[in-house]
Amino acid sequence: MASTKKEEVKLIGFWSSPYSRKVEIALQLKGIKYQYLEEHDLKNNKSPELLKYNPVHKKVPVLIHNGRPVVESLVILEYIDETWTQEPALLPSDPYERAMVRFWCKFIDDKFSPAVRKYLSLGPETDGENARTEAQECLKFLENELKGKKYFGGETIGMIDIVAIGLAFWQRTLQEITDKDLMNKQDFPLLCAWAEELLSCSVISDNLPPKDKFISLIRSRREAAAATSK
Amino acid sequence: MAPQGEVKVLGAWPSPFVMRPRIALNLKSVEYEFVEENPGNKSELLLKSNPVYKKIPVLIHGDKPVCESLVIVQYIDEVWKDSTSILPSDPYDRAMARFWAAYVDDKMFPTMREIVAANEDEAKAAAVALFKEGLSLLEEALVKMSKGKKFFGGDEIGYMDIAFGCYISWFKVTEIVSNVKLFDESATPHLVAWIHSFSSHPAVKDVMPETDKLMEFAKNVVFPRIRAAAAAK
Repeated sequence: MASTKKEEVKLIGFWSSPYSRKVEIALQLKGIKYQYLEEHDLKNNKSPELLKYNPVHKKVPVLIHNGRPVVESLVILEYIDETWTQEPALLPSDPYERAMVRFWCKFIDDKFSPAVRKYLSLGPETDGENARTEAQECLKFLENELKGKKYFGGETIGMIDIVAIGLAFWQRTLQEITDKDLMNKQDFPLLCAWAEELLSCSVISDNLPPKDKFISLIRSRREAAAATSK
Repeated sequence: MAPQGEVKVLGAWPSPFVMRPRIALNLKSVEYEFVEENPGNKSELLLKSNPVYKKIPVLIHGDKPVCESLVIVQYIDEVWKDSTSILPSDPYDRAMARFWAAYVDDKMFPTMREIVAANEDEAKAAAVALFKEGLSLLEEALVKMSKGKKFFGGDEIGYMDIAFGCYISWFKVTEIVSNVKLFDESATPHLVAWIHSFSSHPAVKDVMPETDKLMEFAKNVVFPRIRAAAAAK
């Protein structure tokens, strides 16, 4: 049922954060109008709004709906789907399929992303064989889950696709910069095709960080990390 | 019409995570078979049903496995929907319940492990202080979410009660073995009352491990493992 009362939706985010972008993609997929508030200095000078609306974690993204904050990206995505029930549905209606979606989303956040990030962050001198194996095992689970589907959500983008967006852009860009062989067409044809399909959708590509700016950011973070570890 | 298919829970008696689906099924008055797993010798059924993590709990409904304790609780809530609701109906209240459930898993349980792992007084005191900060946030959350009633879920146990309450025995054991006081009636009176209400609830009391039995298991098996893992880092 569409709401006719005045709705105020705001999102506090950060341009390079995949979690922030995931929420934007979900809002735009549903056609929800919102005001975007960019955090300018997440590291050293968090805004009063961020501290007020997310006092527990002090992180982005923060969705503020009619003055009430919702935080943590997976919680926000389910909130969006339950509050604005128009198409596309981010979660299916069948309870078992919903359980599968929640399971894979949690897997992506808790196990998959850390494993991939860990391998891609290793310096060239470190023996990354174990980390690479662990990352590839995680990739295999997702490759199997695609099972020839266009998206994890089937014919339309669903919650798993949104949560996995990090792989299609953030982690792929990191892979390019570090020149590491992780997600390749030979071992992961379905995932590679999925990533291309996703990036060809304007609602996705319009909401990704500008690539050059993002590459500069990664490079400067890696240089800073290398400097502090010496 | 009651959902078809028999229900099994693969689990182990000491696990707080295994308690979660059991409480949920009890709340819904759903009959199920509890299959005790030996973590040192995992069954074929467990390995087949949870190939990603190979961990308990696993709910098997008919022939379909569901893994991850809070995913299972939500599944139970959605399948047996004619019974008492576990998650609230309002989307914002649901978001709050999910937020705080994730908070206890991400912050409170790891901090409890830090208390156990600490081998110096300073580190232990710091972990205890962090734990108590979390408790004061949860005290506030309980007051807000309960709207004056006994549980996070209101009159009846809800999602957040299940998510947090499953740790009660472990918190008690940590207090005894590490010689710390975590729950204080003067600091968190509602939480202290809640612990009693939750522990004595009919859907909970038969699946909550007895403190003495758990203490032996913790002292001999789990806590040494936690300390060894911390020392290895």
